[in-house]
Amino acid sequence: MPSPRVLVLRSPGTNCDEETAEAFRLAGATTERLHVNRVLESPSLLDEYQALCVPGGFSYGDDISAGRVLGNQLRLKLSDPLKRFRDDGKLVLGVCNGFQVLVKTGLLDIEDSAGPLATLTWNDHGRYEARWVHLMATPGESVFLRGVEQLELPIAHAEGKIAVRDDAALDALVSQGRVVLRYCTPDGGEANGFPANPNGATANAAGLTDATGRVLGLMPHPERFLFATQHPQWTRKKAAGGFDPNSDGDGLALFRNAVSYFG
Amino acid sequence: SIADGVLTDSVVEFRRVGKVDCDQLAAAPARMTAAAALVQVLPKVGVMDPTAQSAEQAIADLGYAGTRVRTLRKYWIAGLDDSRLAELGRKLLANDAIEQLVVGPLGIEHLPSGAPYQFELKHVTLTGLDDDALMRLSKSQQLYLQLAEMQTIQRYFAERGCEPTDIELETIAQTWSEHCSHKTLAGRIAYRDENGERRFESMLKETIFAATKQLQAQWASDPTRGDWCVSVFKDNAGIVRFDETDNVCFKVETHNHPSALEPYGGANTGLGGVIRDTLGTGLGAKPIASTDVFCFAPPDTPDDSLPQGVLAPRRVMNGVVEGVRDYGNRMGIPTVNGAICFDERYLGNPLVFCGNVGLIPHEMSFGKPQPNDLAVAIGGRTGRDGIHGATFSSAELTHESESLSGGAVQIGNAVEEKKVADVLLAARDRGLFNAVTDCGAGGFSSAIGEMGEEIGAEVWLEKAPLKYDGLSYTEIWISEAQERMVVSVSEDTWEELRRLCESEGVEATAIARFTPTGHLKLTYHGETVGELPMSLLHNGRPPVVREATYTQPAVTPFEAPRRGDYTEDLHKILGSLNVASKEWVIRQYDHEVQSGSVVKPLVGIHSDGPGDAAIVRPKLSSRRGVVIGCGINPRYGDLDTYHMAASAIDEAMRNCVAVGADPSRIALLDNFCWGDCEKRETLGSLVRAALACHDLAIALEAPFVSGKDSLNNEFSYFDAAGVKQSIAIPPTLLISALGQIDDVATAVTMDLKRAGSLLFVVGLTHNEMGGSHLALVNDLTGGDVPKVDPALSKRTFAALHAAIKQGLVLACHDASEGGLAVALAEMAFAGGIAVEADVAAVPFRESGSLAAEYSSDYDRMAAALFSESNTRFVCEIAEEDAERFKACFESVPHAMIGRTFDESGFRLKWNGVRVVESGLASLKEAWQAPLRMG
Repeated sequence: MPSPRVLVLRSPGTNCDEETAEAFRLAGATTERLHVNRVLESPSLLDEYQALCVPGGFSYGDDISAGRVLGNQLRLKLSDPLKRFRDDGKLVLGVCNGFQVLVKTGLLDIEDSAGPLATLTWNDHGRYEARWVHLMATPGESVFLRGVEQLELPIAHAEGKIAVRDDAALDALVSQGRVVLRYCTPDGGEANGFPANPNGATANAAGLTDATGRVLGLMPHPERFLFATQHPQWTRKKAAGGFDPNSDGDGLALFRNAVSYFG
Repeated sequence: SIADGVLTDSVVEFRRVGKVDCDQLAAAPARMTAAAALVQVLPKVGVMDPTAQSAEQAIADLGYAGTRVRTLRKYWIAGLDDSRLAELGRKLLANDAIEQLVVGPLGIEHLPSGAPYQFELKHVTLTGLDDDALMRLSKSQQLYLQLAEMQTIQRYFAERGCEPTDIELETIAQTWSEHCSHKTLAGRIAYRDENGERRFESMLKETIFAATKQLQAQWASDPTRGDWCVSVFKDNAGIVRFDETDNVCFKVETHNHPSALEPYGGANTGLGGVIRDTLGTGLGAKPIASTDVFCFAPPDTPDDSLPQGVLAPRRVMNGVVEGVRDYGNRMGIPTVNGAICFDERYLGNPLVFCGNVGLIPHEMSFGKPQPNDLAVAIGGRTGRDGIHGATFSSAELTHESESLSGGAVQIGNAVEEKKVADVLLAARDRGLFNAVTDCGAGGFSSAIGEMGEEIGAEVWLEKAPLKYDGLSYTEIWISEAQERMVVSVSEDTWEELRRLCESEGVEATAIARFTPTGHLKLTYHGETVGELPMSLLHNGRPPVVREATYTQPAVTPFEAPRRGDYTEDLHKILGSLNVASKEWVIRQYDHEVQSGSVVKPLVGIHSDGPGDAAIVRPKLSSRRGVVIGCGINPRYGDLDTYHMAASAIDEAMRNCVAVGADPSRIALLDNFCWGDCEKRETLGSLVRAALACHDLAIALEAPFVSGKDSLNNEFSYFDAAGVKQSIAIPPTLLISALGQIDDVATAVTMDLKRAGSLLFVVGLTHNEMGGSHLALVNDLTGGDVPKVDPALSKRTFAALHAAIKQGLVLACHDASEGGLAVALAEMAFAGGIAVEADVAAVPFRESGSLAAEYSSDYDRMAAALFSESNTRFVCEIAEEDAERFKACFESVPHAMIGRTFDESGFRLKWNGVRVVESGLASLKEAWQAPLRMG
């Protein structure tokens, strides 16, 4: 299988870059962690990669609001190269803070003439929250979620609630199949508030795709469930028998899908 | 366009734009119907404001360079007059130590900026001062030196024939401060207890450190083991061997005084500081996990009972938790383990322990500055924040501390530290520097003074980048501004280091050279402002012999409440603050970043049970893990600090062993937080605890590799009658344990896994109700303090580890506060599995002190349920594995006491008679309710 080159973008405050790069590597990609300053200096660096990932963390401290400063930098200074990147059939993934950044770049196609349709804002309870959630996928066009139905992943954020401008904005996103990940109950039922929906997101939305399916932003962390022993109940599965500590975690599927897209 | 482009999110926010003092900005929101007053809170000049810094950057990205930004919080409050507003504002909204409160519209005059500094060399007159005058000077200049030390300084300058400059005096005070030199515990002590008198030349060296040395020698001569300690009690953190290529290091620091005054900033910079310890260990270790342990007064302490100058405990608790959260989460370091203790005596002196574990390649584990290297400051700029932190920590807190020592309080900027960590580790891997240390207490003064101890240094103070104008040369030298590291760099690599830092937007400036003169020379724009021999700083402190005595309190008998049913006692203990669920804290911490999480702080079927220790896999390519646990129980210290220390060591180790750590590879840290150790009884109780650390470390073969002390944790104030009162904290020893596990896939968690298993108790139960939670919830006193039988403890740990390694243990939990009843209950509700057990079957120890004799069967029953005897575990074992499990415990007392069932009940019996009966849901609710936050 050919090994696509993945750029994992660092910035001041990025802190999930190493494990995200490891996730792509385990899936078969060749990865490089690069500081945003290098890309700002020479945007043509993007030409060397087939996929771009903006990983989790607190870019620029999440000061003002989460992802705002880095998102602005990308929108103001790299807008054209990034649009070209996507339109060349390449992939873009934003996880947690990376999703918060993508929301502000224009790459997710969530704007109309009146401005943004959706954003990410403070969790309903007003605090940072770390916990595992159940997710239901409706992949549609999404490359990253091909073949994924339901999965478990951890969230860890304060500003992860997907909020929409109005009902019409929600209708537009839903009808276009853009809400590709939703929080759900353990048995796959509709989440009815906290903790199944950990932040109060509209329509239990946890992840959004762009119109092409090649850009995905999600609040949960797929790179934190690569190995069976990362699951919060793995010792229970082991006690029940048939547990393989070498088996994949649910999150690895997203990275494998990205790699096999280029296969 | 700045507001729309940078500051607002139109989906969820709206904006108002205007000049600082315009009416529009002062107008209350339309939805406020009543007339409301405007209250504004903004950081004082010089206090770190990270949001303002990032906003300046974002506005520059938009094309408007050079803007200045200030942030503030605005409140509109209806129904209060101005004086109430100011009072409530001070109590609830702002903190005088770092913030200013403005009632009414903001004026531009509220936003002053610094004035330029006019150089003037200052001298301090020592000649002719008598002892009283010396001590007054020590206090008024916030040097907090003792008389003998002031006299030594006076003599030194008399011999030199001059008066010291202010910076010389400050440099000595910083270097000789308790915080930097640990003069009390590393010093001479004459100790007396019931076993007679013992004189120490250096107490810590002859107890804790000596134990490690003895173990190292023992292992070095044993080819099957080898010495796995790499660097102990030398560097910023203790280092031990991890695997073929890497070592791990561990350090726990306290940040008590700053957290008392400004809980958020104190805890924030406490964690930031200990992370810099990791970065400053060897040639720089990579931080992989954090721990935090707090001691607070009960959060429901009524406001009107607070002495002047004391912040409400609930505010302290919330602020501390938020401070740790915001720093740790931003750094991308998982916070995986911790504890919270409550006691009224922490009212004026809350304790904040922050720990950090690092991973470091073998060959990077040592650094050494070379003569003529440059000292390069990396990271944050120097400001007026954090002046006198090192000396202030040696002073007793008083109701005036807030105004006197506001400068010692700071707010951190985690992202700056993350940037520093990124470039520092990259520079390390490229071999760009010879040594590194952090700027902690004492600032450059300590960092450069320590690095240059064996060489000498010439410092160019004007070169240090400043946050704003107006700092004097002395302020630059002793500022404890955060997020700064100092590296020792040879001329050959300086340019490459400079470029690397620049490429990631990190400031790096050469501010000194390690000149081989043996002298510390301080210059400002070419003028020498201070010059001192390194030997005076590091060896010139006069030895002081301190007296220490320990008198054992008389043991009184404990009489258990005579009841036929102890269900309510169990509920009360589960709901006591020390035992109750800390989930609301844990969920605010990112405990999974870096993706190494194996055993999380919360475990069980709904991820809400109390895990014993955390396991983290620092290298994703390997299944070897580090295990992090802790032990602390100040309640036992009131009875006997020796046994408190022994119990804390046992608890920290059994937490690690319970999840699968190898008991022969556990390294320990000590953190002593005590009251005023100039009092001989207080110091005596500390020495006694240190003796236990020595004895247990040797017996359990668990070396101490680093430690830290915080003395003078007393708060004085004047009560309503004008009488001076003083509150000393209870003697508090935190033991932190860093264990290792060969294969994380063998780890065990504490939640019961399934119906049809057998429940075993391992270890001996004694009648040790002293300091127990049964006593606490029933307001009873008396009883023996729990002791440790180290030989049995060692056998028990080894036997349990063998059983876990063979995969025989489905669940394992140690018994601590609340004894076996609490351990069983926690296992049951964490797993959602019913339990029926007969506690009359637990292995008992009959003999003991007079107080330990059982006067009735009730005492025996209470001990079985609630005694807090050490080295005990409850294990869930599959029926078919029972014989193999028992075979592991041939030399250790153990017994099968019950079974698990597939329903929702919890039943404990005494010789067949039910004594506790409860539903799992109500047990869990009792445990979760007290500290559940909205």
